[in-house]
Amino acid sequence: MELYSFIFLAVLAIASAVGMILTRNTVNSALLLVVNLLSVAGLYLVLQAQFLALIQILVYAGAIMVLFLFVIMLLNLDDEESFFDKLRVKYIVAFLLGAVIFSQIIYSIGGVTDLLPAISEEMQFAGTVEALGDVLYTEFLFAFEMTAILLTAAVVGAIMIAQYKKPNKGDS
Amino acid sequence: MVGIDWYLALSAVIFTIGMIGILIRRNAIVLFMCVELMLNAVNLSLVAFSAYHGDVTGQILVFFSLAVAAAEAVIGLAIILAIFRNNLSVDITKVNLLRW
Repeated sequence: MELYSFIFLAVLAIASAVGMILTRNTVNSALLLVVNLLSVAGLYLVLQAQFLALIQILVYAGAIMVLFLFVIMLLNLDDEESFFDKLRVKYIVAFLLGAVIFSQIIYSIGGVTDLLPAISEEMQFAGTVEALGDVLYTEFLFAFEMTAILLTAAVVGAIMIAQYKKPNKGDS
Repeated sequence: MVGIDWYLALSAVIFTIGMIGILIRRNAIVLFMCVELMLNAVNLSLVAFSAYHGDVTGQILVFFSLAVAAAEAVIGLAIILAIFRNNLSVDITKVNLLRW
């Protein structure tokens, strides 16, 4: 059962990621990214990280992607000049570079495969809200508070950057 | 049972797809979505390590990574909006203010 869910979700994740970078329409691209994020949330569930799966759906697939879709709507983008029309050298170089980096990662994973552990018993309880909150509010309390400050700074910064400045008459 | 190496391989595949996307696309918003994809791939490998080691710290790290990704998306989209207002384009090849 676990194997079949893994294969299904993995194929879904890879297919939606490939579709995301190849589709011309920006809105379709964003929606395919949502499919990808949802399938990764499913993989979190397979890995017994229930809290993170929910957070992934709520924060990523919900809030962040809605933000992306709003910006796409605001900018009213035309379709980008397609790279399908002329297959130039730099795309081939991009794919080759991607293949090189992928094989490097796979090689380094293969190098340590014997040392990797089997899934552990403790994880039965480790992914719940209680277990995560217990660690988060004791051991990582400082980092948690810093995250709050980071988010506040990000919101203030975004408002400062994106606000429309009325041109003053005094300014040249 | 699925071994952890399969999760790591899947994470590598998604990361590489995101990187290829950054190299071939020119729309700034799609580039941002590719960055989110790569972050997501790394999160997946963190959760896999956390599950297979029985250590909850990896999941805490993913939690913080989510918060940083949210902050990054907000700031990045604000910058894209500001560039679009000055330039009327989100094509990154047409934004050459800092290019020499």
